[in-house]
Amino acid sequence: MTALLAAGYSGNAWIDWSWVSDHTTEISTRLREHVVLALLALLYGLLIALPLGILASRKRRLLAPILGITGALYTIPSLAAFAFLLPFTGLSRDTALIPLTAYSLLILVRNIVTGLDGVPPEVVDAARGMGYSAPRQLVQIELPLAVPAIIAGIRIAAVTLIGLVPVAALIGQGGLGAMMLDGFQRAFRTPITVAGVLVIALAIVTDAVLLLLQRLLTPWARRSRVAA
Amino acid sequence: MSFLGQVVDWFANGDHWRGREGIPRLVAQHLEISAISLVCAMLIALPIGLVLGHLRRGGFVAVNVSNIGRALPSLAILLLAVLAFGVGSPPTLFRTVGIGSIPTFIALVALAIPPVLTNTYVGMAGVDADLREAALGMGMNGRQMLRRVELPVALPLIMAGVRTSAVAVVATATLAAYVGWGGLGRYIIDGIAISDNVRVFAGALLVAVLSIVVELALGAVQRMVVSPGLQVHERPAAVVVPQPAPTEA
Repeated sequence: MTALLAAGYSGNAWIDWSWVSDHTTEISTRLREHVVLALLALLYGLLIALPLGILASRKRRLLAPILGITGALYTIPSLAAFAFLLPFTGLSRDTALIPLTAYSLLILVRNIVTGLDGVPPEVVDAARGMGYSAPRQLVQIELPLAVPAIIAGIRIAAVTLIGLVPVAALIGQGGLGAMMLDGFQRAFRTPITVAGVLVIALAIVTDAVLLLLQRLLTPWARRSRVAA
Repeated sequence: MSFLGQVVDWFANGDHWRGREGIPRLVAQHLEISAISLVCAMLIALPIGLVLGHLRRGGFVAVNVSNIGRALPSLAILLLAVLAFGVGSPPTLFRTVGIGSIPTFIALVALAIPPVLTNTYVGMAGVDADLREAALGMGMNGRQMLRRVELPVALPLIMAGVRTSAVAVVATATLAAYVGWGGLGRYIIDGIAISDNVRVFAGALLVAVLSIVVELALGAVQRMVVSPGLQVHERPAAVVVPQPAPTEA
């Protein structure tokens, strides 16, 4: 506290802009750590959820158990999930990454299944009639038509992950959460406010970018909306 | 001894079931503040969602609140609330209703509002227009329609919102231990601080079980309060086998 006052920062203001302008490097480093952790979890989540979702939409009997297990994982609080792994993986990035990935699974699998289920049967029949093999049909016909639902899932998962990553700071994984804890330990509000606002801003921007991506990837959806 | 053996021993140790840092006391503390926060959030979010949904106004705001609400940094709210209000013991009035920590209470209420608000709005606004018209045709006024038609039909979604909030609240109450308050987070935070992995793991187990129990309990409540004809089934409905038309015998 005295060090803060000596540096001329006001400890009790919600935000002290002079601290912000003096610490842009630290802020951008924390922001980058945050994005990297959320992005890695999302990528691993997609790598696992895509085959699971495709499997669940093909073999209906597997749907309930897959949603049940991913749902149970989703219910475990993040701090507890990190804590479960601490004895085994220590204070490493894996300790944060494994639960974060697990959290994205329920949202992603559910949306992939919804998307694939929504593909009109006549389109699938037409593809089969044109001699498409099953894998080609999946990649070229069904998955593209499921893109809106899949991206809707990615949007929810991404925003959820961005909101969960701060907790990983409690097990030493950096990110904007580390900025919050740092401010708290010095009873200095500005870093906490800045980090909190950045988490929300990051979520809003990510959501908007993914929405844009969905529009770009599915031009036919736009055309049909105009035609309708 | 194996790690899991040590965890079992931790639970078998009677000292961990007694006193201020004992399991029963911390579970009670955890549940108490979670329940109070959830109820307060519902008192705020339900009326707003019900009225806005009934009038079909402000949908844009209601839906966006939930999207952004997912990323609500509860940790930041908790830490800022501690710096603003202090962790000191709250006034007696607050303590008697189960608010052992004002910052925790503030963070949990803020966290619990968005899912309840959005689901209430979406549930109400999604009520079939034909149903509303039938209610009006039967001579109901707006208030009667809200209570007797729209609310029961929207209830499955409203309950889903309450469940989402409840699980998030129980999860986040764990963080309160970091700012020196109690609840089950104590074992995890203290365990990390002294590198006692057994305690960390035991704490995680307790928190996880508590969350799952809360989720299941609210699911049971939902089945009790929602009209049987309106139950939402997680499992997609099986293919409906067309029944032969009843023949006149």
